[in-house]
Amino acid sequence: MSDVATAIEDAPESVRATTPLTGFLDLVIRSVLPLLLALVAGGILIAALGHNPFGFYLDIYRGGIELSAWQDSLMRASTLTPIALGLIVVFRANIWNLGYQGQFLLSAAMVAGLGPHLERHLSATLTLIVLFFVAGITGAVWTLIPAILKAWYQTNEIITTLMMTFIGISLAAILVKGPFQDFSSNVPQTLPLNLDQLLPTIPGTRTHVGVVIAAVLVLVVHYATTRTSFGLKLQVLGANPRAAVHVGLDPKRVILTAFMCSGALVGVAAAIEILGILGYVRADYNPAYGDAVIPFVFLARLNALAVVPFILFYSVLSIGGDFAAQNSGLPVDFLLVIVGLTLLFMVFIEYLGRRREIGRSYITPGLRAGLRLRKPR
Amino acid sequence: MIALPVASIFTQAFLTSLVAGGLLAGVPLMFTALGEQISEASGVLNIGLEGMMLTGAYTGFVGAYYGGHDWLGYLAAIAGGMAVSVIMVVFCVRLLLDQIVVGIAITLGAEGATSVLQGAQFGQSYPRLPAASDVSIPLLDRIPIFGASLFQQPLVVYLGFALIAFTAWMLRRTRPGLNLRAAGQKPQALDAAGVSVVGTRSLAVLTTGALAGLGGGYLSIAGAGIFVPFMTQGQGYIAIVICMLARGRPVWVLIGAFIFGMSLQLATALQIAGIDISTDVINMIPFVAVILSLILFARGDYLPPALAQPYVRGAR
Repeated sequence: MSDVATAIEDAPESVRATTPLTGFLDLVIRSVLPLLLALVAGGILIAALGHNPFGFYLDIYRGGIELSAWQDSLMRASTLTPIALGLIVVFRANIWNLGYQGQFLLSAAMVAGLGPHLERHLSATLTLIVLFFVAGITGAVWTLIPAILKAWYQTNEIITTLMMTFIGISLAAILVKGPFQDFSSNVPQTLPLNLDQLLPTIPGTRTHVGVVIAAVLVLVVHYATTRTSFGLKLQVLGANPRAAVHVGLDPKRVILTAFMCSGALVGVAAAIEILGILGYVRADYNPAYGDAVIPFVFLARLNALAVVPFILFYSVLSIGGDFAAQNSGLPVDFLLVIVGLTLLFMVFIEYLGRRREIGRSYITPGLRAGLRLRKPR
Repeated sequence: MIALPVASIFTQAFLTSLVAGGLLAGVPLMFTALGEQISEASGVLNIGLEGMMLTGAYTGFVGAYYGGHDWLGYLAAIAGGMAVSVIMVVFCVRLLLDQIVVGIAITLGAEGATSVLQGAQFGQSYPRLPAASDVSIPLLDRIPIFGASLFQQPLVVYLGFALIAFTAWMLRRTRPGLNLRAAGQKPQALDAAGVSVVGTRSLAVLTTGALAGLGGGYLSIAGAGIFVPFMTQGQGYIAIVICMLARGRPVWVLIGAFIFGMSLQLATALQIAGIDISTDVINMIPFVAVILSLILFARGDYLPPALAQPYVRGAR
């Protein structure tokens, strides 16, 4: 029983009650401050490069929200959200799935490659549904090897998922240049899908229904992680694997399920992007969305609802950032600096918080000490 | 069945290109993986290796471009890598923060920063460095097939070989080397022996930064002759894998880096032999090899027990 007690003690601290005031302070200090500091530091960097930081951030607002740009931001968020949810599911179970890029690109290639063939035989709606399943299954299957290695042999999943990512990127390129290639095009790319096969738009807007799908997924994942036995299993395994075994959990099964759910969600994100916006995939397509999502998953403390405002914020930053970067002549990769800085400020505030006992931890104790790679003898 | 011209594959031109190219691609991996090995031996998992390498590639290129000499470039690369590793020292070793999150932050930040700096400096142009000067070892460089490639190299490559031998000796036989391993195996014991765990680990991480920077510098100065954003393309992660497969033995780092380098080079070598295999297939090979070796030898994972565990004096 003592192991169970430690598990509850070590469980993500969102479980514990807080007063409204400390809760609010906590929110400001722990969640918003790292982002603000990163923006300020980024601004200083822009100024150092000889550009006007205020002009740059104003351009981000203009390019990301004004006129109908907010719709682009919303659609970007609908792609990023399922990726974030996928990370939340595994991170809660104390597993590092860093293979999201391979899962994303491979699912994207499958959707774009099979789409044009399917739409010849099936109705539009059925094609879309089948393609979403294809994407989810592809993403899930691509996590299988790391999941099995982790579950049975305790092999470090950071390494294996990264390896699978590199294989996935190459495999996606091979598929696009090989069986899926549209030979009428000069660049290696897949056959473009018919426009009417793409995701329908929400009436009155040009925003596709992927936004609705993402919103539903948020609710489902939030419910599953906080209100179901599956969510509790993830949490217990994440907090204390030994306690998990004591209370009768099968860690192997939980690891496999968590990994596959994560991969499936990342795959769905790819389907939303391809079916909602692009309609085809080029061989060198790699938007690296997952990298950008990681800090926000932690800032939201692995909470599916809390991650949404962060994702919306970053979507505006990324859509508007394209515009601002073009305007100022800076490379778009500047956003990566802000993402990296956010992470650094986040861990630093985590340190201050631990010292001064303000706020709650971003990273579950399980993840923090999560790298027990050796088999217990 | 397509009949492969088996005999024609193993021509001298093919083998020479494979060995030479493998060495060219393997040297950055060797430096970087050696750095990771030192860091991991001391108990710090450095996921930011990719970022340190990329920074080294950038500062090395800039140093060689403006300084006008390779060696200034390599010095700048070492300095760049070390500067980034200071972040890791402060956050992970001193403040005991999460090594994986900080590592990811370093990689992302370095990717963005080097790309922005390159863009702000050179715009869309990618200036080229003059070819690196090689040092030939007399007589040995006349050995057929691998003589010219092994013994006609920039001086820094010989330095790398020497460094491997030195590290192997240091880790096994010297007091600082044993202290380093103690910091990864049982930091409490090291602390009790009166040696600072934080100091030992800080030094290890700085060395890692220097070596990863040097590896990146070799990539841009001797390897490509130019700096392109994101040019390391995951080699930092390959280095981590080489280090894990090497199980704490520097000599295996040398062998592993060379094997990975050759497989990175296989596409070019095959083209010389007249076989056209897509580079995507070739690029997959090293990673597939690693996954297979992990599946086959998964049980033999060697890592120091205190890896990625921050050391708090007196903690349970």
